[in-house]
Amino acid sequence: MKVGVLALQGAFDRHAQELSLAGATPLEIRSPRHLKDVDALVIPGGESTTMLKLAESLGVRDLLCDQIQDGLPILGTCAGMILLSRTILDGRDDQHPLGSIDIDVRRNGYGRQLASFEADLQIAGFETPFRGVFIRAPLVERVGENVEVLASVEGHPVFCRQGKIMTTSFHPELVSDGRIHELFLELAFASS
Amino acid sequence: MNEAVRETGTQLVKRGLAEMLKGGVIMDVVDAEQARIAEDAGAAAVMALERVPSDIRKDGGVARMSDPEMIEGIKSAVTIPVMAKARIGHFAEAQILQSLEVDYIDESEVLTPADETHHIDKWAFEVPFVCGATNLGEALRRISEGACLIRSKGEAGTGNIVEAVRHIRSITGDIRKLVQADSAELFDWAKRLQSPLPLIQEVAETGRLPVPIFCAGGIATPADASLVMQLGAESVFVGSGIFKSEDPARRAQAIVEATTNFSDADKVAKVSRGLGEAMPGLEIENLETRLSDRGW
Repeated sequence: MKVGVLALQGAFDRHAQELSLAGATPLEIRSPRHLKDVDALVIPGGESTTMLKLAESLGVRDLLCDQIQDGLPILGTCAGMILLSRTILDGRDDQHPLGSIDIDVRRNGYGRQLASFEADLQIAGFETPFRGVFIRAPLVERVGENVEVLASVEGHPVFCRQGKIMTTSFHPELVSDGRIHELFLELAFASS
Repeated sequence: MNEAVRETGTQLVKRGLAEMLKGGVIMDVVDAEQARIAEDAGAAAVMALERVPSDIRKDGGVARMSDPEMIEGIKSAVTIPVMAKARIGHFAEAQILQSLEVDYIDESEVLTPADETHHIDKWAFEVPFVCGATNLGEALRRISEGACLIRSKGEAGTGNIVEAVRHIRSITGDIRKLVQADSAELFDWAKRLQSPLPLIQEVAETGRLPVPIFCAGGIATPADASLVMQLGAESVFVGSGIFKSEDPARRAQAIVEATTNFSDADKVAKVSRGLGEAMPGLEIENLETRLSDRGW
């Protein structure tokens, strides 16, 4: 299975490593033509302002929206969650998310880097905790009724799924634990 | 269900932010307006400082940490991470920057060193540090002191890429040699590079630094960014190169796009068109002060 990793900016190489370990073939996506032949996509962490600007100026955004409409499975982590959300709070006025999952997120909602943290997460369906690494993470302020919450921290969802879109406010690519990538590939396989 | 316990300031969290800055451009800014221009252009982070390196060079005198008021102003102007510089060895400046909640501290040779023997003990801080290096030994010494991100130094404020190329090539070249070395040779490498053996062994095993490596010091054009990214840098710092050029907003955006598409010459060519004058450049041999010699 070919899984694209949006490589405009951010931790794309770490996602590519995890996808390889989980048995997929990762492809770095920097232009619309790269996007055409992938079966699934990962949008990594990084700076959401930078990624949204580049997605527009490099012409990736429109095709991406079309492919999401057509049911492309996507895993979005941290900035990736922000890009996929319905509404961004505390963002820039010109920051328009893709609106692919019915959640509202507050940028840097947990605080600046000093407040970045690790915590053990209880994830639905996992037998042992998953180490969540939160870096200037978005805070999920609202989830729509069709969104399934797979994990929370202090009452705020940190792992959400709606249809073929999966988002985490933490970074599964930074810990050597492939379970979330495997779960995503299962979801992607099931739909292909 | 047990409530999650939050652990802050861990190595994973500190190095993690550096991972998030990969493939991006970190721009020097001296006020809130420049910070906004940088963010508009797609900067992944900004570096708040009082004077850009080319002005520090011109003005001479002692260069210090910036005024907290100015750093606060930049923090409130943008949503992206804000870094700020402390003098080499000046842990009190670093403590102040931590209390200001900057996102990264640059223990930087661009400022006048405060200690000619000791760098800051960076393990003592919750805020992560980036440090400069001209070669692999220097990089590993900084990592052993707790740096979570390395930038090759280049020669700041010159608009001349030659030193940046020398330093990034020196670091990546020696990493390739370490990978080839046998286990007995690694002891000699540790001695020659004056670096801790366990870090030498780790680099030999993995073929990369334990933390990300970015490039700084002399980047003035989209082609410069493309060059150092192709040489192994994972992101670029641009200092005087943007706000000392004729059209900072356009040049900033062009460098951002060239960094993302560093290996696609058609795209780098496209963004290089009609940018106006680059910053004025300086010959290295005519410099009075070599900033890259600072640090031990």
